[in-house]
Amino acid sequence: MTYNYFPGCSLKGLGRAYEESLLPVMRHLGVEMAELDDWNCCGATAYMSVDEHMACVLAARNLALAEKAGPQDLVTPCSACYLVLNKTKHYIKDSPEINATVQRGLGAIGLSFSGKTAVRHPLDVLVHDVGLDVIKEKVVRPLKGLKVAPYYGCQVVRPYATFDDAWNPTTMDRLLKTLGAEVVHYPLKTKCCGASLTGTVPEAGLRLTYILLKEAVRRGADVIATICPLCQFNLDAYHDQVEKRWGPARIPTVYFTQLMGLAFGLPVEQLGLNRNFVPMKPLPEVPAPA
Amino acid sequence: MKNNYSNGEVRVGFYVCHCGHNIAGMVDCPAVAYYISRLPGVVVSRDYKYMCSDPGQELIKQDIKEHGLNRVVVASCSPLLHEHTFRHAVEAAGLNPFFFQMVNIREHGSWVHTDRAAATDKAMALSRAAVNRVRFHRPLETTRVPIHPDVLVVGGGIAGIHAALTMANGGKKVFLVERDPSIGGHMAKFDKTFPTLDCAACILTPKMSAVRSHENITLWTYSEVVKVEGYVGNYVVTVKRKPRYVNEELCIGCQECINACIFKEAKFPDEFNVGLSKRKPVYIPFPQAVPQAVVIDPMRCLHFKTGKCKQTCVEACGDRHAIDLNQKEELVQIKVGNIVVATGFKLFDAKRIPQYGYGLYPNVVTSIELERLVTSSGPTGGHVVLNNGRTPQSVAFVLCVGSRDHKTNRWCSRTCCMHSMKLAQLVREHTGADVTVFYLDIRAPGKGCEEFYDKSLKDGIQFVRGRVAEVTDWAVTPEEEGKLVVRVEDTLAGLVRRIPVDMIVLAVGMEPQADSQDVRRLFNMSCGTEGWFLEKHPKMAPVSTFTDGVFIAGCCQGPKDIPDSIAQAGAAAAEAMALIDRGYIEQEPNTAYIVEEDCSGCKSCVPLCPYTAITFDEAKGKASINAALCKGCGTCVAACPSGSIRQHLFEDDEIFSEIEGVLAHA
Repeated sequence: MTYNYFPGCSLKGLGRAYEESLLPVMRHLGVEMAELDDWNCCGATAYMSVDEHMACVLAARNLALAEKAGPQDLVTPCSACYLVLNKTKHYIKDSPEINATVQRGLGAIGLSFSGKTAVRHPLDVLVHDVGLDVIKEKVVRPLKGLKVAPYYGCQVVRPYATFDDAWNPTTMDRLLKTLGAEVVHYPLKTKCCGASLTGTVPEAGLRLTYILLKEAVRRGADVIATICPLCQFNLDAYHDQVEKRWGPARIPTVYFTQLMGLAFGLPVEQLGLNRNFVPMKPLPEVPAPA
Repeated sequence: MKNNYSNGEVRVGFYVCHCGHNIAGMVDCPAVAYYISRLPGVVVSRDYKYMCSDPGQELIKQDIKEHGLNRVVVASCSPLLHEHTFRHAVEAAGLNPFFFQMVNIREHGSWVHTDRAAATDKAMALSRAAVNRVRFHRPLETTRVPIHPDVLVVGGGIAGIHAALTMANGGKKVFLVERDPSIGGHMAKFDKTFPTLDCAACILTPKMSAVRSHENITLWTYSEVVKVEGYVGNYVVTVKRKPRYVNEELCIGCQECINACIFKEAKFPDEFNVGLSKRKPVYIPFPQAVPQAVVIDPMRCLHFKTGKCKQTCVEACGDRHAIDLNQKEELVQIKVGNIVVATGFKLFDAKRIPQYGYGLYPNVVTSIELERLVTSSGPTGGHVVLNNGRTPQSVAFVLCVGSRDHKTNRWCSRTCCMHSMKLAQLVREHTGADVTVFYLDIRAPGKGCEEFYDKSLKDGIQFVRGRVAEVTDWAVTPEEEGKLVVRVEDTLAGLVRRIPVDMIVLAVGMEPQADSQDVRRLFNMSCGTEGWFLEKHPKMAPVSTFTDGVFIAGCCQGPKDIPDSIAQAGAAAAEAMALIDRGYIEQEPNTAYIVEEDCSGCKSCVPLCPYTAITFDEAKGKASINAALCKGCGTCVAACPSGSIRQHLFEDDEIFSEIEGVLAHA
């Protein structure tokens, strides 16, 4: 099983713990992730709101590179990249003007994009392509007793609910249960994390972060599992500011791939868990197999 | 110009109708009349404002007399509307009514086109075709077929009950078939009815009892129609009578068997209380059930599941011998002349909108569940309680759940606004709770309904305008802790609000029954795009269907309240009785017939006929068509390899000349 891999900037920077856990987990499951050569910025949400045409050209270069690299699906772990690349595909298909601009831009550097390459999220690939049965077989250290709040964030299910329900996604819930974890009822699973507002309008952004943290604590979760680098950063990095304003709400937030790595018994120090501001407590020691 | 059927020269009169602006607004009618006037055989060609009016018809009659016309063509609206009118006028002037042809230049012309020149051109082509074809029309006779005077009513809700009683009171023999073990339908579950707040059971149960005791009504509960054959006036219907394992005639409803059942505790969801209470495998659906006879559920009964039951119920019944565990499913065939379909609706499944939390939060209930809670005969004895047994202090109603929503159902379910306001008043009366109603628009158009809305406002029920985004249990403020929170955009205040409450009631909308497509096929009816049974005309024939002798009433035709259901049931009963009392059906003569000398006896046509009108005469080795059964669909005519099947009004020369007429114009 081979996929083209578009990491995006986060996975090389603030969200490197995501890549540090994703790649070993994929390797452990026999999935090959071939990183695109010479990929560029997806444009994120900011460029789309400045100039849709040029933003699409920028993002489409990555799609064109993927198409050139082969017919495999393109996997991208960052929710913003996932949304922007999918949105670009939709825009190219639906708008002849945007398509013309994109093809002209790509043509200038000797590339083209036919629209065929599928853009997938690793959560989708792991659960639907690899399968929960295969994952279950690899679990050597079930996350028994660990209460997890599954947090999907907004971009992976809206507006394109490609592999799960837009209101009540359950793909990660099922995956976490397969790992042996206890999934707490967390109806805020697709609510806003504050996104870039935590930086620009902290009063608005941090409040949203606070609600997510406080509710996870109130529901007895030990940890929040997320699939998006920006969500992880917002929920992890601002505890001091949040708690100064509204009171205690301390809970670690980790990537779902980190929990998978733990359950697979991969070396803890290789899963990037040391990068958290609010560290996750080590799992209780299990007796070594005799 | 001559042909064989007019005793000489063909003399055509042509009339094009303006229909006010309906046709004349898009078609140059005088130009069409002038164009047709120059065709061979046309003696008179006129345009007139309203051909269907008395003066319009008089024009035809006078021309027939003055100009010796022997063929008439009218270009106007759909033949469904006025073919009968003009045939009658032609007949009144002494001609055979089938020496007439109608051209539809309104529904097929002016109403669907935007280019006046093209629409006029099309009207000319169609008119020319009709003038061409009418030359070949033969004189035909309609035939009369007697009507069977008995009637079948399908569905024992309030609509079916009312239709059955109306016809039975009029002296007709009625078969009432109901799928459930008791009649009563949805209305039997209601506590009170809006806007009068009178007791639903008090007005329904007398009618249910009347059905049971009426000498003209045969009531078959726990039964389903499985096959319908025949045609208006002469339907043959097969009804499946499911075994209730209790002899209805012998059972007196004493319930001794229920007490004696080997299951000491009731443990299966009670359908009547929508799962809010439990019943045993042997049960009576509800206290006022008709018939007042127990029923045994073979899916739950130990005897049927394991064969190892002491049959304590049989023992308890004793010498009465009403319990018969060997009862078998029965198929009964009946003959009726007319059928009234009143199969009702089902409620929207609130789980389809997961963000409203139904099934997730126990204190989110549907409107029908609350209805059972406020009813004194309900599972809580009429107490509105939360799942922890406490009385709610605040209750919210969410309207349009599964109605007026492009993601689920687009239609308005019509009753939920009033139903919710009724429940809101009852909840306030029972609990004193604060009540908030979240609505898109309040629709209270019925008699006394706007006044009821007004009273609700004055009684202090809060109304917040906006579609609820979400029902959740995450709290932002301490007041919200432990409560359900409604998140909504209040479109009047221009604010996104969070409103904490103890209980949430989802006003679920109405949907066509899950098996409505099967029922539609069974009775050969049509459905609209939403799945409701389609009436023949939305205004002029609201209870008729496209199948003669099959009428619809109540919510199977679309959402409606009790008064409207009853009005429609009465109308359907009257339509059926009008047919029965006339005593006969007039049959169109456009039937297929066999030219025996050409028939090779290949039998291709026999299985093709959707109306089983064709049989094979083994003695002659020829096919034979029963004109009384033939609906004139033309399938056999087209299929016959030897061309030996022909059809009145659709003879080859008639069709070919019509085609030539269209093509000649082009």
